[in-house]
Amino acid sequence: MITSPSPTLTWHTVCTVGDITPNTGAAALIGKRQIAVIRVVDRAGGEKFYGLSNWCPFAQAMVISRGIVGSKGDIPKIASPIYKQSFDLKSGQCLDDPSVSIPTYQTRVADGFIQIAL
Amino acid sequence: MNSKTDSNKTVIVIGNGMVGHKFIDTMIARGEHLSWNVVTFCEEPRLAYDRVYLSSFFAGKTAEDLSLLPRPTFYAENGITVHLGSKVVSIDKAAKTVTSSTGEVLSYDKLVLATGSFPFVPPVTGRDATGCFVYRTIEDLVAMQRHATTSKVGVVIGGGLLGLECASALKNMGLETHVVEFASRLMTVQVDDGGGAILKRKIESMGVKVHLNRNTSEIVKTADGRIDKMTFIDPVTQKPAGELKTDMIVFSAGIRPRDELGKQAGLAMGERGGINVDDHCVTSDADILAIGECALYKNRIYGLVAPGYHMATVAVDTITKKPEPLTFTGFDMSTKLKLMGVDVGSFGDAMGATPGCHIASFTDSNAEVYRKLVLSADRKQLLGGVLIGDTSAYGSLHQFMLNRVALPANPEDLILPARSGAKPTGLGVECLPDSATICSCHNVTKGTICSAIDTRELREVSDIKSCTKAGTGCGSCVSLVKDLLKDTLKKKGITVVNHLCEHFAHSRQELASLVRLGKLKTFDALLAKHGTGEGCEICKPTVGSIMASTWNEHILETKHAPLQDTNDRFLANMQRDGTYSVVPRVPGGEITADQLICLGTVAKKYNLYSKITGGQRVDLFGARVEQLPLIWEELLKVGFESGHAYGKALRTVKSCVGSTWCRYGVQDSVGFAIKVENRYKGLRSPHKLKGGVSGCARECAEAQSKDFGIIATENGYNLYVCGNGGMKPQHAQLLAADLTEAACLTLIDRFLMFYIRTADRLERTATWFNKLDGGIDYLKDVVIADKLGICAELDSEMAQIVATYQDEWRTAVETPEKRRQFRAFINSSDQDPTIVMIEERGQIRPAFFEEKAPNIDRLMEV
Ligand code: SRM
Ligand SMILES: Cc1cc2nc3c(=O)[nH]c(=O)nc-3n(C[C@H](O)[C@H](O)[C@H](O)COP(=O)(O)OP(=O)(O)OC[C@H]3O[C@@H](n4cnc5c(N)ncnc54)[C@H](O)[C@@H]3O)c2cc1C
Ligand code: SF4
Ligand code: FES
Repeated sequence: MITSPSPTLTWHTVCTVGDITPNTGAAALIGKRQIAVIRVVDRAGGEKFYGLSNWCPFAQAMVISRGIVGSKGDIPKIASPIYKQSFDLKSGQCLDDPSVSIPTYQTRVADGFIQIAL
Repeated sequence: MNSKTDSNKTVIVIGNGMVGHKFIDTMIARGEHLSWNVVTFCEEPRLAYDRVYLSSFFAGKTAEDLSLLPRPTFYAENGITVHLGSKVVSIDKAAKTVTSSTGEVLSYDKLVLATGSFPFVPPVTGRDATGCFVYRTIEDLVAMQRHATTSKVGVVIGGGLLGLECASALKNMGLETHVVEFASRLMTVQVDDGGGAILKRKIESMGVKVHLNRNTSEIVKTADGRIDKMTFIDPVTQKPAGELKTDMIVFSAGIRPRDELGKQAGLAMGERGGINVDDHCVTSDADILAIGECALYKNRIYGLVAPGYHMATVAVDTITKKPEPLTFTGFDMSTKLKLMGVDVGSFGDAMGATPGCHIASFTDSNAEVYRKLVLSADRKQLLGGVLIGDTSAYGSLHQFMLNRVALPANPEDLILPARSGAKPTGLGVECLPDSATICSCHNVTKGTICSAIDTRELREVSDIKSCTKAGTGCGSCVSLVKDLLKDTLKKKGITVVNHLCEHFAHSRQELASLVRLGKLKTFDALLAKHGTGEGCEICKPTVGSIMASTWNEHILETKHAPLQDTNDRFLANMQRDGTYSVVPRVPGGEITADQLICLGTVAKKYNLYSKITGGQRVDLFGARVEQLPLIWEELLKVGFESGHAYGKALRTVKSCVGSTWCRYGVQDSVGFAIKVENRYKGLRSPHKLKGGVSGCARECAEAQSKDFGIIATENGYNLYVCGNGGMKPQHAQLLAADLTEAACLTLIDRFLMFYIRTADRLERTATWFNKLDGGIDYLKDVVIADKLGICAELDSEMAQIVATYQDEWRTAVETPEKRRQFRAFINSSDQDPTIVMIEERGQIRPAFFEEKAPNIDRLMEV
């Protein structure tokens, strides 16, 4: 899946696909920004990568990447490890509180490397 | 607030026991307390409590647990005046006043005597010896408990219902227990000779010695006034019949009404005591009523709570002049109980005294079951019966009798074991009319229960109890209530669901069996077979835990790591700022100087906050995720292992210092605690598990607040289970006494495995226990008597877990692909700059967000 970021964004290579255990996340540091990179392998074997802010607004800590990955209905999500609020992996929308959402970042795989647009 | 006026009439209730309380409770429920000044005298130091469940005080229930008041402030809220610890000493019926022991004189319009009864102590020489007790109040039990700590042998005089209950309490306190009975069988009132014989055999098989046909002639004292021994004579021949050495005697030779006030006031009394009452519970004085065990109706005292409760309702009707008041016209004295694990039920004309009646009985001396039915002359109606060993049919048989349900053609089939292939003949709850009284304690009918289930959408027996009160008296109707619930829900087409989450239409218990029986070893395999979607933060950790307690593979294996909850995921407890705490295992709290030094060295080197935990070990806080393997490398070197403070797993087995050092210790509690902790370390379970081992009854390790607690005795160990500290403290229950170490471990093995198989997610053993049908007796049936036939499986499952233990942290540190997961950033070796520590009392603590906020732009960008 190759998508092109808007002209002002650049792709940053953060790690190889194999660096992240399937259905878990890892944190990447790009400048002062901390990004939770999530590798999802669904039941059908399809693989997707998501990038979202690592900052949990509820816990006020950089922990999102350490949450549990799963689904609510058809929505892929991650639950913050501290107080367990869930966030939509695609949109960053908090599924427990409509007034909260966190930033998301475009991701892609190039030559086995995971890249994030920033 | 209620609006009382001085013009209100006053009712004084003397005695705040079970029945006195029921009277006041009924007044309140009907709103009558608004037009009456209700005053009660309570001689005991506490308001009404559940005397029926008195024995559970020994099993750890507290006085508060036993209280009959819904809240301690219940009387105050409703404007009831209580004279606590105060006794009425006289009644002046002409002046309509009572005088209290403190000299107060109060006027009444109506007076209700609810003074209960007192245990009869036969006039035996020496009955004042230290060590003689009766069994009636919480104070009696406290005194017995105290005396029992210095006793080895205990004797109960009287083999009736209460005597046997008392014997069971003595046995549980670890005493050699004897029951001495004057008559030729136990429980003369309730059972016949056939039943008595089975009962005796059952009770003796539990290690209680039964002496029938014995009259106590003397209690011989030691020089310092304690009991030395007791001597007997044969009641028939009046010849000496041996003696018995003992430290403790409990009299349980019947009750006598507390009618002294009736006598003093000149009320009409029975020849052998008891205050005469009529159908309205009114005594010979129109303004004085008597209810409960002090009242004599048609020459009969009713020594059970259900008739007392009925009298209380009748009395309220009477004094409030209810149109069509209830009347008391005698009461069914049926009882069902469990005595020392033996089920006993007796109802109606149990002895077959009705002229012309037929008797059908069935004895299975192998299974130690006895059943007897008393049938009407035409064999169409049930008049009474006795059930021993198995009372599962009690509820329905009793109801057939009360409701005169027409019996099937061969009524004896009701008590015969079902012939193979045949359908059970039992007429179920559906046969009963809506008017059938299911709960006689609170007079609740089948109709009331069913409509409560319907209209208030009740789904649990506990809801029915709180809504209708059914089952909250003597408890004998609970199984019927349960059947009614099942039946009613079935008719409504409702199945009660306990699905884990949207991904699995199964309970945790079902998933555990599916995993075990289907030999499923991964979440994906389970999801593919039995689930939908991709899982979530509810089902993943639950399944992760089931996998670990079934197959015991390392929880950070690639296939398991994504399932692990926050703390398990990094084998440490995540703190509010995303750092971790580290808790090495300190089995039994025993720690070497080198290990202490190592903890200090590590804490200094990594600048960690150190604290002694509530679990006899040390917690080091503030470690960054990437530091965890480095810290553990150093801890492993001095022999530390993972303490699983992060897991729903065995935490600690607390110990006291025990016989090695302590002057009171009777066993080596530290040694055993270490053994126990090492046996179960690493075991994952539905919730965390804690144990304790105390070296003697002083209980310094607080074992009775643990999931499993062990208390040393002279003869071994007593094992308690299902205690809890935490949010809702609960005392543990005695599972077995005087065990060897090996026997103790076997029972813990089975108990834990049974819990792991059947509990819900995040359900501690105490909560699990509270939902367990049949309580501690059921648990004993499963893990000791092997009623479910699963003990061998449970044993081998635990053996497998113990054999495959690995130190999670050692494996994690030594396996590169696991160790690699402990990093702050996947693309950088920087530290997380948002973690900021502040110094406080010479150590660090994580900065609060407000403290970081002024600089936050320097630390991060979102
Ligand atoms: C560290 C410690 C407090 C301390 O500084 O003393 C502690 C700390 C926590 N306890 Fe505790 N409990 C600690 C002893 C206790 C005790 C005392 C004991 O074990 O003797 C109890 C009451 C006994 C009991 O469990 O019955 C206790 C009852 C709880 C409960 C309530 C459990 C319950 O059944 O009601 C929770 C909440 C839960 O588990 O759901 C809890 C939860 C927690 C958590 C895990 C809360 C959390 O999720 O962050 C805390 C983790 C702190 C950390 O990162 O290490 N902690 N906690 C103690 C660690 C003991 C150890 O060495 O492992
Ligand atoms: C161990 C045990 C087990 C039992 N098990 C069962 C069972 O399984 N099923 C069953 O149906 N029944 C059982 N019973 C019997 C049941 O507890 C009684 O029937 C019930 O408590 C009677 O209630 P009551 O109010 O009449 O008497 P009580 O509960 O004895 O209350 C009377 C109260 O009045 C107080 N009092 C007396 N005189 C005065 C005074 N002058 N001034 C102020 N206060 C006074 C007393 O101190 C006492 O607190 C059991 C009893 C015991 C002891
Ligand atoms: S009592 Fe509460 S705050 Fe204190 S350690 Fe336990 S869980 Fe944390
Ligand atoms: S019959 Fe006693 S509680 Fe229901």
